[in-house]
Amino acid sequence: MQVVRSHQSHSTFSSSTGSVSASPTLPLYRSAPELEVRLEDFESFAVDRLRVLKGISDGLSRGKKPDEMEKLVNELWKTNMRHQDSSQVLNKDIISHFVLRLVYCRTEELRKWFLSMESALFRHRFRNQTAEAQRAIMEEFDLPCKAVSNAEFESLKEKLGQVARSIGHNHSLPTADAIYYKVPFEEVPELVAGRKVFINQGYAYVAMNQVVSLVATIFRSLLSKALILTNRKWATSIREQEQHRLTPIVEALCSSYLGPDYSQPKEYGEISLKDIDQLAKSSFPLCMRHLYEKLREDHHLKHAGRMQLGLFLKGVGLNVDDSLAFWREEFSKKVGLEKFEKNYAYNIRHNYGKEGKKTDYTPYSCQKIILSTPGVGDHHGCPYRHFGEENLRAALSRMGVNSRAMEDVMGKVRNRDYQLACTLTFEALHAAPCDAGINHPNQYFSDSQKLLKAKKDSSA
Amino acid sequence: MTRQGAQEESDNMLIDEPQLPQRAQIAALPDEFNPSYLKLYYSKLFPHSDLYRWMSYGNDGKHPGCDSSYLGRREFSYTLDNDIFVRYNTFNSAAELENSIKEKCPLKIDIGPIYNLNPANRNAYAGDNVLTPVERELIFDIDMTDYDDVRYCCSGADVCLDCWPLMTVAIKVIDTSLRDDFGFRHILWVYSGRRGVHCWVCDRKARWLTNEQRAAVADYFRVYKGNENSNKKVTLMGQVLHPFLARSYTEVLKEYFETKLLTSQNILSSEERYEKILDMIPDQSIASELRAKWQDGRRSSSAKEDINIVRWEQLKQLLQRHKAQGVRRCVEEIVFTFTYPRLDMEVSKHMNHLLKAPFCVHPKTGRVCVPIDPNNCEEFDPTTVPTLTQLLEELNREGFRSDVEGEWNKTSLGNAIKLFRSSFLQPLLKSCKEEMESSYNAKLQQSKNLLSW
Repeated sequence: MQVVRSHQSHSTFSSSTGSVSASPTLPLYRSAPELEVRLEDFESFAVDRLRVLKGISDGLSRGKKPDEMEKLVNELWKTNMRHQDSSQVLNKDIISHFVLRLVYCRTEELRKWFLSMESALFRHRFRNQTAEAQRAIMEEFDLPCKAVSNAEFESLKEKLGQVARSIGHNHSLPTADAIYYKVPFEEVPELVAGRKVFINQGYAYVAMNQVVSLVATIFRSLLSKALILTNRKWATSIREQEQHRLTPIVEALCSSYLGPDYSQPKEYGEISLKDIDQLAKSSFPLCMRHLYEKLREDHHLKHAGRMQLGLFLKGVGLNVDDSLAFWREEFSKKVGLEKFEKNYAYNIRHNYGKEGKKTDYTPYSCQKIILSTPGVGDHHGCPYRHFGEENLRAALSRMGVNSRAMEDVMGKVRNRDYQLACTLTFEALHAAPCDAGINHPNQYFSDSQKLLKAKKDSSA
Repeated sequence: MTRQGAQEESDNMLIDEPQLPQRAQIAALPDEFNPSYLKLYYSKLFPHSDLYRWMSYGNDGKHPGCDSSYLGRREFSYTLDNDIFVRYNTFNSAAELENSIKEKCPLKIDIGPIYNLNPANRNAYAGDNVLTPVERELIFDIDMTDYDDVRYCCSGADVCLDCWPLMTVAIKVIDTSLRDDFGFRHILWVYSGRRGVHCWVCDRKARWLTNEQRAAVADYFRVYKGNENSNKKVTLMGQVLHPFLARSYTEVLKEYFETKLLTSQNILSSEERYEKILDMIPDQSIASELRAKWQDGRRSSSAKEDINIVRWEQLKQLLQRHKAQGVRRCVEEIVFTFTYPRLDMEVSKHMNHLLKAPFCVHPKTGRVCVPIDPNNCEEFDPTTVPTLTQLLEELNREGFRSDVEGEWNKTSLGNAIKLFRSSFLQPLLKSCKEEMESSYNAKLQQSKNLLSW
């Protein structure tokens, strides 16, 4: 792929040779095509694709059901990926994908996000293909599976039917002409995780309507490897060569859309230990307040809870020493000082980048919290999503949400608009609008502090 | 420690110490853990060579297909006295491993993954060459504390014979599925020394699973969604159960619930307890009907039959003839809630999790982490697992002899080590050898083909 200015000055940005994929409507992006790209398109195509991916990401974090996602992705794709010249539609698809690879190859976090969203998009588009096109794609991927023979099918028919009924596929009960693929279970992790397939002696039996998982897994793993390679290329040559042209565009593209990560407390500097109780009441979002109260009550939190609350406190401005003191005070009541120093202190220093890999970890965003899966004894997660209705109502009224606002919040919860529910809670408690909406617990905190400070200043 | 406790202990020491002769002192020692005994344990009893052979997976032989860097890339971590945690110990030979353990005398040995590089040299590499786990057994950790809301006999770190069947159920369910569904053959179950069990799946394929694939296996086993903040713990969806769940239910869960846990845990005996179960019933009228029956305790108090069983039968009768499928399914949901294995998911999902090595001694109980035979797991009794003190007494009785290999043979550790070898290590090493042979031959064949071109 070559990037050229409108007046055709040539550049050397070219990652590899190869031809556009065979499938006319769903490219597999196996290699960067030999295409000339105008600089304006380079950016605008990427922004359009980013709108699609961002939309998918929002949909997922609102917990939309598969059929709702289906509609959403269709809509997103139609509105953003059009091109007035229909012969350019496919090129736009391919170019935008490869530009975003550059944008999102540069850190683990970015790669992970891009990988999930592109895979979700691919999966959706694969499902919309005709059976014939699907088979063509499977052939191109050179899948490691064989269709199950008739004899084997007969012997497993009952179990296969049991699985189909267990996942509600009553309309597609296995019949004699049904096609099943027998694949090593590790090739379809997602179907295994959801118990959506029959597994026997290491092999998963994948129905034709499930092959999308198989294909998407391969798509994902190829893309994952490609991103690592792109990153290497970016770091060793492209960044330097393109520092006056593409590099600024690439760097701007990612930061303008992900929002601040709150890893460093900027606005208010540090907070001190003695203020935490007060701050928890006035400015913590419900998810953090719940963890905080549970910690005070039980003097213990499980790992995921410690991560969610600990990184939030770090973002709020608790320094590593205060953080250690804070956790020590609670945990020592339950497990004793000795055990705290031995089992937990390391982890806290680790979060601050003082141990191990020395990575400075970033606080969790709403999206990450909403997608977590708290189990027995856990208190992390998003209360709007993970609490039962009764518990949520009780927690909200303890926070001071009045009954009218409560119904609005519960309405959002029922629509699975968890971040909107949190935004309404914020507005009810602060008697002030929050137009940007809540996207990050640390944003909730800093917005709340801003409002409270303003109030204090005006009354003083 | 409370002040009173400290007082008592120092009193004991004053009384005991000066008077007892040496021999009697050892015999009279409390079944507690004593770090100074560990040295003896590591020098006389700990099966160093078995650990070494296991961790080498056949790479310790003379075969040209052996990878001589294999063991050296495996992380061992030690917990030493005074809670010093030393990570990234590595060993290149059986002697290094054995000498290090004997010298450092760790309170606990944890086994980590095999890395791309020798982790001891991790700081010598820079740039892209970061230390990354490449191979690791698929592991499971089941801990009794995760069952605290469904057992009434003990809580926290305690276990007794009334709640241990929960672990037996876990072993049966997971082991059967690992073998029949996932096709694994080299599976080691180990008592964790206090309140749970560990499982090591060592087949080559299991060791090479990615984090995502590990998570998938762990999720396959998971039926618990939600926690005390949401209402229900187990929700079984769909018209019928997935064959794995159905098999677990009919072959293990149902029987253990009805014949053991229902009565041993008195699951329906008091109001507080049965209310918890009535809460799980989606049909309010059935719940109130049962509540009315059970609140009037006298009617059903025929002394012969256990009250838990009587009430369970009443509950089943009402639920199972209901027309709504969600209500009928509730019987199974209750059984799953009270019996189905609860895994510590995080341990299984990531390759870099550490797990305690078998044959360590638990510092709180003094019990040895012995293997459990999954085929006879119902016979396993955590309260009779040999303790460090007991083993040293047995050695003492036999008299120390430094010239004899395998002193363990004369102690109650003997059966544990024999079980480890016969049911796990020998079959594993046999497979490793065959795999090494065939992959070496394949490589050879390939290079021959190349030459002939």
